[in-house]
Amino acid sequence: MLVACATFLLLIAGALVTSNDAGLSVPDWPTSFGSLYKLPRMVGGVKFEHGHRMVAELVGLLTIILAVWTWRVDRRGWVRKLGIAALATVVAQGILGGITVLFYLPPAVSTAHATLAQTFFCIVVVLALVTGRGWTEAPRMELAESHRLPLTRLATVAAASVYVQLILGAGFRHSGIKLLPHLVSAIVVTTLVLWTITRVLASYGSVAALRRPAVVLMALLVTQLGLGFAAYLTRVQWGQDAVQPEMPMIVSTVAHVAVGALVLASAVVLAMQAWRHMGRAQENKAISPSHLRKAVNA
Amino acid sequence: MNKKLWIASAGLFILLGLVLLAGCSKKQASNEQEEGAATPKATATIDPSTVGSVQGTIKFEGTAPKPVKIDMSQDPACKGTNTSEDMVVDNGNLANVFVYVKDGLDNYSFEPPKDPVKIDQDGCRYHPHVLGVMAGQTVEVVNSDPTTHNIHPTPKDNREWNESQPPKAAPIDKSFARQEIMLPVKCNQHPWMKMYISVVKTPFFAVTDKDGKFEIKGLPPGTYTVAAVQEKLGEQDQKITIAPKGSQTVDFTFKPGGASAAAMGD
Repeated sequence: MLVACATFLLLIAGALVTSNDAGLSVPDWPTSFGSLYKLPRMVGGVKFEHGHRMVAELVGLLTIILAVWTWRVDRRGWVRKLGIAALATVVAQGILGGITVLFYLPPAVSTAHATLAQTFFCIVVVLALVTGRGWTEAPRMELAESHRLPLTRLATVAAASVYVQLILGAGFRHSGIKLLPHLVSAIVVTTLVLWTITRVLASYGSVAALRRPAVVLMALLVTQLGLGFAAYLTRVQWGQDAVQPEMPMIVSTVAHVAVGALVLASAVVLAMQAWRHMGRAQENKAISPSHLRKAVNA
Repeated sequence: MNKKLWIASAGLFILLGLVLLAGCSKKQASNEQEEGAATPKATATIDPSTVGSVQGTIKFEGTAPKPVKIDMSQDPACKGTNTSEDMVVDNGNLANVFVYVKDGLDNYSFEPPKDPVKIDQDGCRYHPHVLGVMAGQTVEVVNSDPTTHNIHPTPKDNREWNESQPPKAAPIDKSFARQEIMLPVKCNQHPWMKMYISVVKTPFFAVTDKDGKFEIKGLPPGTYTVAAVQEKLGEQDQKITIAPKGSQTVDFTFKPGGASAAAMGD
């Protein structure tokens, strides 16, 4: 959970770099102005870029501890591998960050850097989820699927669509693609996420493990749509001719990136919970939604 | 989640990454074409006794936007007041317009001057805001501010670079190999700091002063296309003919938003 929170801060720090157009204010990498340890004067764009590097170093350190700890403590092989995957991802992310500085922010590399940041955040959120008591101590519920399209698949597709949407958003933000794909994708993502939430609340509303992430996802989705509109106004409509990055644009775009990460994390958590409680359910053994409601009412 | 789903998810992410890499690498490609530019065959020489000149005034018609005050509080070392320079209009006269002979000099070849042109960073702004330079001529960048700047040209046809320059550091000497009009230069440490360098193959260029005036001297007799380029308003062209020892006046008038499609991006 600590690594997940630190990573969320790192995402915000990274978003601040982009919104303040400060990505190249420190021209070298892995050094900062020729030094690995000296703190440069933290003014202008340097405070965003070097601040981002400092938070990234902290997250890297925490991830090493997390990976070693998970490897030593957790008995589940896939969780131990996920810890190693987190470490590999954070290393790759650091290298991508360096490449994007050394090659003057090529859109593809900057977009990949932004995308891998979201991937890493998802990995540490999943690690926080599966190592928490809610996962390790609570039994599987073996719930039955009530529809032709299982909730497991629906929630997975919804989470994947959010991930694709974040890639498209990063592509636009780093000038690699136009805005239209991100806008069109927003309609698809909203539809899929709302469909998933509706299914959870209608059929499994009494299952806290599913209801909670669904409700959080709903709140985040509404917030994210509002922030997306605000970011469009402040950056695309009003900010085109701005002589410098303006506060409303910075706040709205950074918040849009941060809440986007939370939407993805919530969608992944919901999908994970759906797979946990329904993924291996056999039709004849599983608890049907109608039985579940009766059981809860009784 | 089962193993197959994990593999499918990983495959999807890798595929998305490849699609992005394939689709978004336009910036890298444009920088690869630095060498091998075709230079025109020079056959003609200029007779100094016949050269003429072209001069004129660049006007702005309509209501000029008021300069926007820049907030420099991010860096306490940036003293004084600073305003936007993207459109500097005084009594309807437009400053910082780059004027050059765009066409008609293909038969001539010109060596870049030995003397460098200077860019100074003073008061956390560039002096000048628009600079003309010949391809291959040295651009000397100095920092008169008590703070570090980074100088970062973002060209389309020349090689990109980004170097920091602390206070009192030695000048940075650079040159640009290929012609490129209104090449943006910025400082990422102070994101309001922007300027434009126009790199041309001939010495026949000028930048309008605060009265919107320009003069280009030493033109051999002939017919030319003269272009005036403004960072927000785009480009206007006019055909002129210079007689031996002739003097031609060419005025341009820009209107707000009139050439938005050709505006200089950064």
